[in-house]
Amino acid sequence: MLDKIGIAKRIAREVKDGYYVNLGIGIPTLVANYVRDDISVEFQSENGVLGMGPFPYEGEEDADIINAGKQTITTLPGASFFDSAISFGMIRGKHVDLTILGAMEVAENGDIANWKIPGKMVKGMGGAMDLVASAENIIVAMMHTNKRGESKLLKKCSLPLTGVGCVKKVVTNLGVLEVTSKGFRLVERAPGVSIDTIKQATEGTLIVEGDIPEMAV
Amino acid sequence: MIRKTVANVQDALLGVENGMTFMLGGFGLCGIPENAISELVRLGIKDITCISNNAGVDDFGLGLLLQKHQIAKMISSYVGENDEFERQMLSGELDVELTPQGTLAEKCRAAQAGFPAFYTPAGYGTEVAEGKETRDFHGKMYVLEHAYEADFSFVKAWKGDEAGNLIFKGTARNFNPCMCGAAKITVAEVEELVPAGGLNPNEIHIPGIFVQRIFQGEQYEKRIEQRTVRSRN
Repeated sequence: MLDKIGIAKRIAREVKDGYYVNLGIGIPTLVANYVRDDISVEFQSENGVLGMGPFPYEGEEDADIINAGKQTITTLPGASFFDSAISFGMIRGKHVDLTILGAMEVAENGDIANWKIPGKMVKGMGGAMDLVASAENIIVAMMHTNKRGESKLLKKCSLPLTGVGCVKKVVTNLGVLEVTSKGFRLVERAPGVSIDTIKQATEGTLIVEGDIPEMAV
Repeated sequence: MIRKTVANVQDALLGVENGMTFMLGGFGLCGIPENAISELVRLGIKDITCISNNAGVDDFGLGLLLQKHQIAKMISSYVGENDEFERQMLSGELDVELTPQGTLAEKCRAAQAGFPAFYTPAGYGTEVAEGKETRDFHGKMYVLEHAYEADFSFVKAWKGDEAGNLIFKGTARNFNPCMCGAAKITVAEVEELVPAGGLNPNEIHIPGIFVQRIFQGEQYEKRIEQRTVRSRN
């Protein structure tokens, strides 16, 4: 089974040379730490920066340079700042190659819910609805089940949707699944995880065809 | 040169009244018009509608206006990090309209640029699109969103000149440029106000035509919401 860092490491392998990538808050943010050094990638943060670098050294924080999680950051050579309309123009206009975000629920048709639990939690969607409505390549990073042990990969989302039919791939603590027209297709198992475990933890239609390799992390 | 300078924040906010709609720049606490917010608190005007991506934190930014119950309605994309906000929203004291972040930015920009409305894919198939016109373009569905109408825009820039030209710094730019000229009156506060000619015209982000009043803020706290650092070792 993978921990959060394991999920981030596995997703990092989906990041290809020349990609502009938007990382959501939580596990997705960790992905930046594990992208290969020998490829060129720029990270976009929707509050208005391309070419995000690591956190600043202590004492070098600048209140005017933050990421979408409101964390202090640095920029790398080649970075740029821009306003929110331009930022979402990049996203809506499909100039960002890959979007990685977290979710509360994903449905087998690619629907995603991650912004609201009615009556309990309403923090807002931030940029998530714009991102999922436009991005061509969306990978969800999440735990396979919630804190109560219930599956987060469902036939149909029960929570208010963030976007419809948009998720392409889900990487969880148990494995890698692709969203297809027939349901979740299991592509890889996490180390030490059986197909049965994944079947039990997946409420949505699970397609298991042929030999499912254990992922190399 | 058309002079846009006013003497201070009091003069900059002349004409604000109960029940008005304001746009306020900033993302989180980054690039917020701190001096205009303080003055709105001091004036004690009520029943205001705020268009702002976030709602500040409990004791800073728009949180200061929430504490005094001056805000009747918030139009935002993300409102976490603020307990008082959550309390007022769940109790029904505060009306909240949650809008996708890119749509919020574009509704400001549309007002600035003279578009009454635009189509966006964001929110299609979700509760954000309920009751709104939708349309198919090239096989994909889009939602019709309208430009905002606001009485004042309060924006914050790094540098400005007497003509109202503005330059922003880092990610403190965010919504500020989109809100300039998007309301009946745009009030810009800057860290450094210079005479006309003091800024290089090639480097101006927002031309002064979009700004009606400009002043140098007395002070900026620039509070950091999430201080994240790495060790030198």
